[in-house]
Amino acid sequence: MPLEPPITDLDKLKDHPALSALLAWNQGAVQGAKFDRDELSIYVAREFIRQACEQLKSKSVIDFLSDLTCADFYPREPRFEMAYHLLSMRAKERVRLKVKLDGEDPVLESITAIWPTANFFEREIFDLFGIRFLGHPYLRRIMMPEDWEGHPLRRDYPVEGYR
Amino acid sequence: MILNMGPQHPSTHGVLRLLLEIDGEQVVRMMPDIGFLHTGIEKTCEAKFYQQVVPLTDRIDYLCPMINNFCYVLAVEKLLGLEIPARAQWIRVMLVELQRISSHLVWLGTHAMDIGAMSVFLYCFREREDLLRIYEMVSGQRMMTSYFRIGGLALDPPLGFFDKVKKFLDIFPERVDEYENLLTGNRIFIDRLKDVAHLSAEDAIAMGVTGPSLRASGVDFDLRRDMPYSSYEKFKFKVPVSKDGDVWARYLCRVQELRQSREIAKQALEGLPSGPTKANAPKVVLPDREKMKTEMEALIYHFKIVTEGFTVPAGEVYQAIESPRGEMGYYVVSDGTAKPMRVHMRSPSYVNLQALSKMCEGKLIADVVAAIGSIDIVLGEIDR
Repeated sequence: MPLEPPITDLDKLKDHPALSALLAWNQGAVQGAKFDRDELSIYVAREFIRQACEQLKSKSVIDFLSDLTCADFYPREPRFEMAYHLLSMRAKERVRLKVKLDGEDPVLESITAIWPTANFFEREIFDLFGIRFLGHPYLRRIMMPEDWEGHPLRRDYPVEGYR
Repeated sequence: MILNMGPQHPSTHGVLRLLLEIDGEQVVRMMPDIGFLHTGIEKTCEAKFYQQVVPLTDRIDYLCPMINNFCYVLAVEKLLGLEIPARAQWIRVMLVELQRISSHLVWLGTHAMDIGAMSVFLYCFREREDLLRIYEMVSGQRMMTSYFRIGGLALDPPLGFFDKVKKFLDIFPERVDEYENLLTGNRIFIDRLKDVAHLSAEDAIAMGVTGPSLRASGVDFDLRRDMPYSSYEKFKFKVPVSKDGDVWARYLCRVQELRQSREIAKQALEGLPSGPTKANAPKVVLPDREKMKTEMEALIYHFKIVTEGFTVPAGEVYQAIESPRGEMGYYVVSDGTAKPMRVHMRSPSYVNLQALSKMCEGKLIADVVAAIGSIDIVLGEIDR
């Protein structure tokens, strides 16, 4: 089927349970939303991500963290875009929370206290992108050796690596 | 004492290093150390065209390569908004279920061998050999098939293929009976697996465990049934769930899944619709070989697709499917060019490995071996 254009108007999307729960809690935390290709993405402000996840979990909107990852849009600022893929097993629906981070010393609060599954995800993002997570119980490199310098998945790190 | 269950170990199913802090026979703490198989697949995907990423995805979960192909290809088709013909979807379902059977056979053989039942390994690999010949017949490759392409399948299945699949599916149930005959009533096997490495439902959901390990802990969630993709809604199958949450429950769930996968494959084979096996999208799907040799237009399309790739409208998509290990997800971000901006694989084994520490702390070292086998990890998808 041909692609429909994305809906970015908050008014049209506010019936969605995740978005309405976040808007009801704190209007300022939500910086925007997009419904594209049958998936809802909510842009959350950096300071509020941990509390937003807590809200969604306590209101039983979401019960499962599927995936936590990052994309590097190198020359553009804000450079990093974190994506939290959340799933509600009861409603069988997914929602994606996105956080934009600057390239200069990217720091974010860890959500390991809310979902222990974020442990390995955040370690991998720290290892490969260099984003630090405050409150993570064991933030060390996981894929690369302990003494590796540089963050390989960043856009300015060459695919062949440094020899 | 800190014991290193090192990267080279017959029971760790790959290059997994476990640091066990032990007190006598009991494990006090366990720390997995991974990264020995890290090949930077996610980084390499950013340097290749969309269709060139397909062979890279084969190598991630190397026990069921078509399933990784499937997930990536579904994600890109979602980004493009392509509609796949019904025949291609049904053949994909049939092959994916056969891949699930072959992956579970490896799990069963190696898990039983770790526990001590050596002969089950050869029984399982006898069936797996038949399956590998089936994959070779359809795609030319035994393991890294790359048979699913963006827009459908690489080629039509050859003549005689469906008869071969039917023959395999006809004899398979009695083979599963053979495995169960050897293991399910076996006193020693039950003693080794029952009440070992327990994982409760709340812990499983909190840790992000998915797949048979989650269903064995009592949570009834299967992506094929609950969030269906690629015409899975047209198939009738049961989803085995158990309340116990120990290694024995996971064993039973997976053996039942062997039977259910055979059911789905049989339904796919019998009800297969006719039609094309590639979508109608000349800018994305390679044209028929004969047309490419005779028609100018097809030749130009072929040339353009192979040398320049096709552009995908900007956006992002997260596509998750049910792999034999759990929820396999692909997060593909496109910036409007012919190469993906970011491809991230949410591999189920990576997340299930976190639950291993929870399951093994406070238990005996011998149970660690049973636990590793029961969560069915593949190091290729953990490290990528």
